[in-house]
Amino acid sequence: MFMDMDLQKQYERLLTAYIHDQREDYLYGAQQLSKWIMEQQIPPEEIVNFHIRTIKQLLPNLPAEVKASFDILIEVMIGYGVAYQQTEKLASRQRELEYEIEVAVGMQQTLLPSDPPPLPGVDIGVVSVAAQRMSGDYYNFVSHSPSSLGVAISDIIGKGIPAALCMSMIKYAMDRLDEQPLSPSEILRDLNTVVERNVDPSMFITMVYGVYDSLNHQFIYSTAGHEPGFFYHAEEDRFVDMETQGLVLGVQREVDYPEYTLSLAPNDAIVLFSDGVTECRVNDDFLTREKLAEIIHDNIGLPAQQAVDAIRQKLFELSNYKITDDQTIMMIKRVK
Amino acid sequence: MNLTITEEREHNHPIRLMVSGEIDVFTAPKLREKLLPLCQDGETVIVDLSDVNYIDSTGLGVFVGAYKIQQTSSGKMILIGVNRRLSRIFRITGLQDIIEIKEQEDGET
Repeated sequence: MFMDMDLQKQYERLLTAYIHDQREDYLYGAQQLSKWIMEQQIPPEEIVNFHIRTIKQLLPNLPAEVKASFDILIEVMIGYGVAYQQTEKLASRQRELEYEIEVAVGMQQTLLPSDPPPLPGVDIGVVSVAAQRMSGDYYNFVSHSPSSLGVAISDIIGKGIPAALCMSMIKYAMDRLDEQPLSPSEILRDLNTVVERNVDPSMFITMVYGVYDSLNHQFIYSTAGHEPGFFYHAEEDRFVDMETQGLVLGVQREVDYPEYTLSLAPNDAIVLFSDGVTECRVNDDFLTREKLAEIIHDNIGLPAQQAVDAIRQKLFELSNYKITDDQTIMMIKRVK
Repeated sequence: MNLTITEEREHNHPIRLMVSGEIDVFTAPKLREKLLPLCQDGETVIVDLSDVNYIDSTGLGVFVGAYKIQQTSSGKMILIGVNRRLSRIFRITGLQDIIEIKEQEDGET
């Protein structure tokens, strides 16, 4: 109330001064006052009220019609006041949500492993970018033995927060498998059971899981409905589609996942990716696998991390700097 | 892009849903609202995808949801008019082994 009295006086002073002498600095003063009024969340009808009171004092002989017209003005401003309050409430709610999402984004980052663990004679690079704030793509490295490493790339249906929540389930289900001598097929069977029991009927997850053995340079993998990766045959300088067969995770209780074996010679590479990569739109059309192979080929000579970063950058340029789906690319290269 | 769904019901014939547009994260709810109740009611539904050139994973999720309902109801869902691109997605995801997909209504897969 004290503030209102004070404000009333300030408004009165400013208005009186301006009526007598229309100086620019009074208008500037009004702008400053307006900022303060908004900070104090004073409704617009209140300001109109100040104005009317001051005018009535300054000009006591105002025609009755003009005085009556003020009633209409006040009524109209009340509507504005209510709308303004609602907007303020929404803005504050949005700030809270933004903060919650920010925390969730940070938590999601902790679900992803940091740098790929070292494996003798093998160079691994990975890059993953979200189309929105949170990603539905997941990748992981699982230590099987000092000489063998499990790698996984997974795409969770949908995007944003629901996909991110599902991702944490996959991450913890995989943590249980750490250090267990399971084959890719057994791992997918296990994860399928977890997903099938725990997700909404229309949710599913695709995954490729492979184990790289650095003693014999064999990569044994199984896939659950995941976009096939590429095997780069260095000596013949060509890309081969990796074989895939297996139902997505979470649809049926009992599913068998066949295993495939690739033998890598020096400079051969395996490139795994999520469907956001192959479904990347280039000039209103989809990127073809041939074009993707070409982009990978242009960068195959680089160290794995630099290669995946360069491939991702190229895709970003081709799609006109707009990504509509999460994109993950992993390259596993035998160096010697 | 929009999605339009036209329902055709003829006496003594299965219900036919003509779907046209892209089935993605934005339009999938529309298809779900139409398709799932029909599956729940135990109807035989033919979903014609001749005018669909893109399905994302959320779109596939609608068919997965319908498939799961079918397991417990006496309903049946048959997809027809699946183009090469879509057919590849159903093959990679392994869904073609569990969902009935036909070239044409009366033809063979």
